[in-house]
Amino acid sequence: MLRKLLVANRGEIAVRVIRAARDLGIATVAVYSDADRDALHVQLADEAVHIGPPAPKKSYLDIGAILQAAVDTGCDSVHPGYGFLAENAAFSDAVAAKGLVFVGPSGDAIRLMGDKVAARSAAHAAGVPVVPGSMGRVASIEEARAILIDTGFPVMIKAAAGGGGRGIRIANNLAEFEKAFPQAAAEALAAFGDGGLYMEKVIGRARHIEVQVLGDGADAVHCFERECSLQRRRQKVWEEAPSLALSDKVREELCASAVRLARAVGYSGAGTIEYLYDDAEDRFYFIEMNTRIQVEHPVTEMITGIDLVAEMLRIAGGEPLRLRQRDIAVSGHAIEVRINAEDPARDFVPFPGTVGDLRVPGGPGVRFDSMLYPGYAVPPFYDSLLAKLIVHGETREAAIVRLVRALAELRIAGLKTTKPLFTALAADPAVQAADVHTRWLESWLDQHAGTLIPDPET
Amino acid sequence: MAQILSHLPGTFYRSPAPDQPPYKADGDSVAAGDVIGLIEVMKSFHEVKAEVAGTNIRFVADNEEPVMAGAVLAEID
Repeated sequence: MLRKLLVANRGEIAVRVIRAARDLGIATVAVYSDADRDALHVQLADEAVHIGPPAPKKSYLDIGAILQAAVDTGCDSVHPGYGFLAENAAFSDAVAAKGLVFVGPSGDAIRLMGDKVAARSAAHAAGVPVVPGSMGRVASIEEARAILIDTGFPVMIKAAAGGGGRGIRIANNLAEFEKAFPQAAAEALAAFGDGGLYMEKVIGRARHIEVQVLGDGADAVHCFERECSLQRRRQKVWEEAPSLALSDKVREELCASAVRLARAVGYSGAGTIEYLYDDAEDRFYFIEMNTRIQVEHPVTEMITGIDLVAEMLRIAGGEPLRLRQRDIAVSGHAIEVRINAEDPARDFVPFPGTVGDLRVPGGPGVRFDSMLYPGYAVPPFYDSLLAKLIVHGETREAAIVRLVRALAELRIAGLKTTKPLFTALAADPAVQAADVHTRWLESWLDQHAGTLIPDPET
Repeated sequence: MAQILSHLPGTFYRSPAPDQPPYKADGDSVAAGDVIGLIEVMKSFHEVKAEVAGTNIRFVADNEEPVMAGAVLAEID
């Protein structure tokens, strides 16, 4: 078992990791920038080390400063949280090179899955369906034309070195394609120092469905799926489990495919395998793997009763997987919404400020993961996530009723937040019927954003 | 003399990207509506525009400097 853990992150996820470590009797060390001296993760950890100025690249992304803090405080392990260095292969390697345990996969596993083309090939080799397109990089425009027979239009031309929605072009016909392909190669070279391209068919009305896996390097299990179709600019805002769109048969195939891929790459730790699901064709396609704990992991914890962060820490401490697949079952339905410091009525403009009165929702089936406290000044230097409100009910309908109740209880005075968005979404007939896809929210916002009224006290 | 203020708290950038020249150099003239910098707040970028025209812009805030809402970024004559 791990003895002393450095938490290389901030905000709600740092608090979440500290809580899991405490439950396992592991001592914790927080790190903080100048902007986070008063942060909750600093208050809750056993020790805290200052690592630099507010700019992330001079603090939370400074591998040298973080490793020095771990060594100086006698830590034996480092948890990266999500974001910052969580999927940085060099960081995983550097932690290991210092003789410390990285709570997550090896640098090699992060590199493999971080390379979109290699990840796609690994999935294909493991028998996981991938979106129709090129099997690897496309060497020439002649080869690209041949692939179009498989994909048809519209088709995406993607930079092999891209990610997070960057380096993508869509062609709707051959003329657009002939023009876009060389331009995409030149742009990829300029932006990423690598002109490599690959191609994928555009799946029209798709849902975003992802499978949570846990691996110990030898074996792997799944903790079922989450649906995250409500997205804005490719950012998830509402996540739930299980997905209402899947039949039991498709769910079984989907989850089994994720386990095959995790085993094939010898995955260690908590990971998420992301898919697009096409309702009309009743088919799913691998898109990418996230080699870290994700923001939306609590919805899986609520329906399975598994503490995923604690399992990560146990695995990192050298224990083999404790959970067998037959022990993991789904109970009820859970929904998570992301409460961000943004004004949803004004194009989600960020709204950092100082928390006045704070009323945290509670009662049966409600969980609130956050770093807020009354008087906390939210810094402008980091992302806008203030809190995750997670609800659980016997059915999806009951979970939505609980979500509405919990949102009504929640009060964060002094800030504008995305709370009014979720109150409106919970009342929307399409959301209530789970009849949504990945582009649904943006068109809904075009019609409804102006009607979202902030709480009177903000 | 007029001041150009930041409407948001965050990090001030004088150029559109690290490898590109600044929007304005000290001493440049500005027209109303010209972009003079970016404020990064919570991982999103917002343009700072001059509200009035002027000559001889002088930057008060440094590139990549943390600023509060209402901070003076530059002065123009």
